[in-house]
Amino acid sequence: MTDTPQTAHTNKRFDAFEFLARYGTLIALLLLVLFNLAFTRNFATIQTLNVNLTQVCTIVIVAVGMTLVIATGGIDLSVGSLMAISGALAPMIFLGKIIPIDNIYLAVATAIIISIAVAGLFGLFNGWLISAFRIQPIVATLVLFIAGRGIAQVMTNGNLQTFRVPQFQFIGLGRIFGIPVQVILMVIIVLAAAWMLKRTVFGRQIIAIGGNERAAELSGIAVAKVKLLVYAISGLCAGIAGLVVIAINSSSDANQVGLGMELDAIAAVAVGGTLLSGGKATIIGTLIGAMTIQLVRYTLLANGVPDAAALVVKAGIIVLAVWIQQQGRAHA
Amino acid sequence: MTRAKYISLLGSYGVVLALLLLIVFGWARYDYFLGFFNITSVLRYNSMFALVALGMCFVIMTGGIDLSVGSTAALGSVVAALFSPQGAWIGLGAGVGAGLCVGLINATLVTRLKIMPFIATLAMMLAASGTALLLADNQSVSVSYDSGFTTIGQDNFLGFPIPAWIALGAYIVGWIVLNFTSTGRGVLAVGGNEDATRMMGLPVNRIKFLVYLASGGLAGLAGVILASQFGAGQPIEGVGWELFAIAAVVVGGTLLTGGVGSVGATLAGVLLLGILFNVLNFENGKGWISLSAYWQSVIRGLFLLIVVILQAKLSSRGNAVKDH
Repeated sequence: MTDTPQTAHTNKRFDAFEFLARYGTLIALLLLVLFNLAFTRNFATIQTLNVNLTQVCTIVIVAVGMTLVIATGGIDLSVGSLMAISGALAPMIFLGKIIPIDNIYLAVATAIIISIAVAGLFGLFNGWLISAFRIQPIVATLVLFIAGRGIAQVMTNGNLQTFRVPQFQFIGLGRIFGIPVQVILMVIIVLAAAWMLKRTVFGRQIIAIGGNERAAELSGIAVAKVKLLVYAISGLCAGIAGLVVIAINSSSDANQVGLGMELDAIAAVAVGGTLLSGGKATIIGTLIGAMTIQLVRYTLLANGVPDAAALVVKAGIIVLAVWIQQQGRAHA
Repeated sequence: MTRAKYISLLGSYGVVLALLLLIVFGWARYDYFLGFFNITSVLRYNSMFALVALGMCFVIMTGGIDLSVGSTAALGSVVAALFSPQGAWIGLGAGVGAGLCVGLINATLVTRLKIMPFIATLAMMLAASGTALLLADNQSVSVSYDSGFTTIGQDNFLGFPIPAWIALGAYIVGWIVLNFTSTGRGVLAVGGNEDATRMMGLPVNRIKFLVYLASGGLAGLAGVILASQFGAGQPIEGVGWELFAIAAVVVGGTLLTGGVGSVGATLAGVLLLGILFNVLNFENGKGWISLSAYWQSVIRGLFLLIVVILQAKLSSRGNAVKDH
């Protein structure tokens, strides 16, 4: 008899943690929206929505690739540097610094394709180091984290490249039916990745590798190939994000593009509910995680809290999210 | 000899050999390379990295990682600068204390809340950096020049820079702790196999707690030297220090999976990376080639690449030897 109430009590705790682990971030996001509706001036405007969405876009795009990498049990520190590389390369091509192309549309298309492809190739290089040499992901991607920005700086000699090319900047400044183009881009990438992770064999293999790599290998999954692809996808996402950033800024500064992006992306993934040890991943969660972090920052700034304090709050949120997630797992 | 020991030995000898070769190369090629001024300025500047790398080395040996060291150093430099008018020792104590606070939080997050070191210290990286910016009001804080605080970073003792003495002292202590104390042996045991170590009855949590605390304190000390050397507490310094430290530790043959490591080889790793830049600067001065500062990070990355591939090759060969 004495045991029964206690069991009931612990059972209740189980549920609370599990519930929080699953829906905590979403609830936090909704609470933030309610808070802002009540206390922040001019919150319920299209402009606020646009500001927040455009700021969160690049983080989400990078974080989608990062989610896939983390789902395999890895990490990609090089994303910010790869953004700098694609951001440095594209203007060099469409401004005709490498080879002059007369038709501006052709030049822009070439620039976009080549710079994203180059970022993808660097991602492939990360994957190669990790799968061929069995180097830990954190060290393998550290190489390009350090060297990648250097490569971008050497390419541009550290100079700022400014441009005014509407055909290219459409991806950062244009609108379709009033919706910013980069938001549409983000939605497409999120939906594609979510579908791939849930519904394709490749997606299943990613999760299987993160869950238990040895078992995945024994069950006949081409682990090395899947990892190669995952890091390449992360590189491609970073490449796209780099282009969006320079399109918004009308300039490309190899010292600045993507700086600290790896942290923002990892934070979004962690807060979104993807297991950092791999084996469980949610793309939609990452989207919600990124939006929550963005909205926290916006809420603090809009209410007069300095940016530096927002950093401290962000740190607290990351720790809290991961802790709740772990409790949920331990109790489940 | 176990595979791990074998790799570590090769790693340590490799890095010392590479360091000697680099020094001989520099001596043969440049006139003032082994001049007093160059030696002292290399030592003075790299002693900060050496301190951070020492803490990182211990953390990595337990199989963890500390990404917060760069912003902890920045925080330490700001706090030290704010307290510097009260005197050199108080400034020093305050900076180290700030670092210990960050280390304490890291240690608590990792050992009590069981949050992965990677993510716990990542969060503290943001928090320490935010705190540093808040305390400094987003600008650098100049130190007091009257209280003797600048002695720590700028003066010499027996002809060598004081920061170099501090770093040397820290490395000697680190070496003794690692090799001659039960805590030190525990550090390697935890990194080798945490569950087994726990079953053997070693205080795993206490050991892990101590390494994060030490790493924070050493980063704070590096911050004190930073503030004292450059005359200001700098909230935005320290970016990328954690990665430099990790690179130095890896170059020194310490495995990132933990369980293997050497304090001396880490010092050699720091000096190797530091002198590599020194050589590049001299080479630029010669005028044969002209490498912009931007090449430095490319070369640093390439260097790390070579080392990790070599380490991976060696460890897989070690594996093969063990398997047959």
